[in-house]
Amino acid sequence: MARVVYPKIVTANHLLEGDVIYMTASGDWSRKHEDAKLYEDRHEAEDALKFAQEQAHMLAGAYLADAQIGKNGKPEPVHFREAFRTRGPSNYPNHGKQAEV
Amino acid sequence: MYNYNQFDHDFVRNRVKEFRGQVERRLDGSLTEDEFKPLRLMNGLYLQLHAYMLRVAIPYGTLNSRQMKQLAMISEKWDKGYGHFTTRQNIQYNWPKLKDTPDILDALADVEMHAIQTSGNCVRNVTADHFAGAAADEIEDPRPTAELLRQWSMDHPEFQFLPRKFKIAMTGSPNDRAVTKAHDIGIRMVRNDKGEPGYEILIGGGLGRTPMIGKVVREFLPKADLLPYVEAILQVYNLNGRRDNKYKARIKILVHETGIDTLREWIEEVFETQKIHHQTPPAEMIEAIEAQFQPPKFDNAKVDEDKLSKIIAADPLLRSFVETNISEHFDSNHAIVTISLKPIGGTPGDATAKQMRIMAGLAEAYGYDELRVSHEQNIILPHVRRDDLPEIYKVLKDAGLATANVGLLSDMIACPGMDYCALATARSIPVAQELSIAFEDLKLQQDIGPLKIKISGCINACGHHHVGHIGILGLDKAGVESYQITLGGDGTQTASIGERAGPGFSYEEIVPAVSRIIDCYMNIREGKNDTFLDVYRRVGADPFKEALYPEETATA
Repeated sequence: MARVVYPKIVTANHLLEGDVIYMTASGDWSRKHEDAKLYEDRHEAEDALKFAQEQAHMLAGAYLADAQIGKNGKPEPVHFREAFRTRGPSNYPNHGKQAEV
Repeated sequence: MYNYNQFDHDFVRNRVKEFRGQVERRLDGSLTEDEFKPLRLMNGLYLQLHAYMLRVAIPYGTLNSRQMKQLAMISEKWDKGYGHFTTRQNIQYNWPKLKDTPDILDALADVEMHAIQTSGNCVRNVTADHFAGAAADEIEDPRPTAELLRQWSMDHPEFQFLPRKFKIAMTGSPNDRAVTKAHDIGIRMVRNDKGEPGYEILIGGGLGRTPMIGKVVREFLPKADLLPYVEAILQVYNLNGRRDNKYKARIKILVHETGIDTLREWIEEVFETQKIHHQTPPAEMIEAIEAQFQPPKFDNAKVDEDKLSKIIAADPLLRSFVETNISEHFDSNHAIVTISLKPIGGTPGDATAKQMRIMAGLAEAYGYDELRVSHEQNIILPHVRRDDLPEIYKVLKDAGLATANVGLLSDMIACPGMDYCALATARSIPVAQELSIAFEDLKLQQDIGPLKIKISGCINACGHHHVGHIGILGLDKAGVESYQITLGGDGTQTASIGERAGPGFSYEEIVPAVSRIIDCYMNIREGKNDTFLDVYRRVGADPFKEALYPEETATA
């Protein structure tokens, strides 16, 4: 079975807190996955990643992650690791992003 | 316990100052992440899934109350009010901010602590038996040796860029509570034919991708030869360990590929040269270290055992606590208390700031100011008077720290897994939580008897799953969490690597699968003293496989 190729988002950790961040369509950064710009085109995604990696003064560890359009029309994670990154640790529901919801 | 001398103080302060400058340069953009990463890792600072993580060394797991209170203060001031005690006898903070980490390191230096060499391809925190200096079965306290190794390995210029990380564990007792056979070097205190104490040295143990039990490289090493011999091992490893493949870079692979006999010859050859040229520490320096690990001046008033027995008998919960969490001390008036950091449904190894202060207060009031961290993620009060046990229990109970489960099913090791760790392939903490809830009845756990369940969230095996009687390894199987079970592992003096039981289980299936293993054990054991490990070693894996995979075995 052919492997499904998903669109990509650019994600990283914020330099100061280490919090998970996502690159938006304007090239800014958001703490919410749903604000991420979804790249269907591989070259565009790689260019966006390069742009992110040049912003070393405010982030660390930028990479491309699989994502897809969810029911609400906004990007959502494909892999469980990325889903956990949108929330926080499962043993403390009051820690991480999930605490802010 | 060991107190810093001026050299130690200056060294640690200078490292903090140096790191403060590095953080400033990272924040102002002078350093890229690629440049900064090795510098922060040398100071114990990781970037994990949701935040930074600071790993603080607790040398050979020994703490005093002042240090424990400082750990509590740090968790409140710069983190989220708790800390996570690890299988390396360290504490990890899961939420520090980058700009705060130099201040945290300064606060640690205030109480003679640091985070140096808690990461990187160097000699890591030397771990030791958590009952060291207190156990009834001990030949000698291993901590003076562990401290000597700490001083020797700290910033050792030759061993900062080893092929891979290097872990040393030590026990002074024949009963191995320090998992010495699963370390790069395991040191076991033994006596020779003349009754002199010395060391049996094992090398090449380790868990991870290629689990191996350490092999004896020297049956008896005189104490005075320790540093030149360990240095010889490190030199041979540094030169011959593989650097072409990260997964084959640990000394266990060198032992496996070269053979222990050949490697022993190489080491002995270097050792002979080392013995001549090595600047062995002067006797007065060794004596000065040993003097700092003398047992406290015990209150020798005879414990009224009749009175104590009556108090214990009158309170079933206290009785259960004493039966489960108390170990024999070499002094008959004293006992060793293990404080379980495994409440039912809790996160293994976590303690709140309030709990840390309460444990520190108990050490101050009843424990000669000593605390230990165990590799099993519990806290130990190594010396308490037996007649203080009821009062200690009461304080622990009020603080949610009196779970009577030490050595039982819910006293599990679990690594942080994918709830925190950037390397993890699946979660481990919630598996531990759900297992402990499924078996929350402590009477049932006591009936099941001694059982070590160990859970890792990836193949690196920080949760020691290979040496769990029941090991659980969390993997990513085509984008879904999958849990592989190993059976029959053992981390003690009778160490063995667990055998894989068969295909993995989903997150939803793993707790019922473990329950079937337990049911199977309870059905086939011959009485309560027939432990899980005894049964497994006697009957093998087949009955457990039948319980785990009833459909497959029925059609086979």
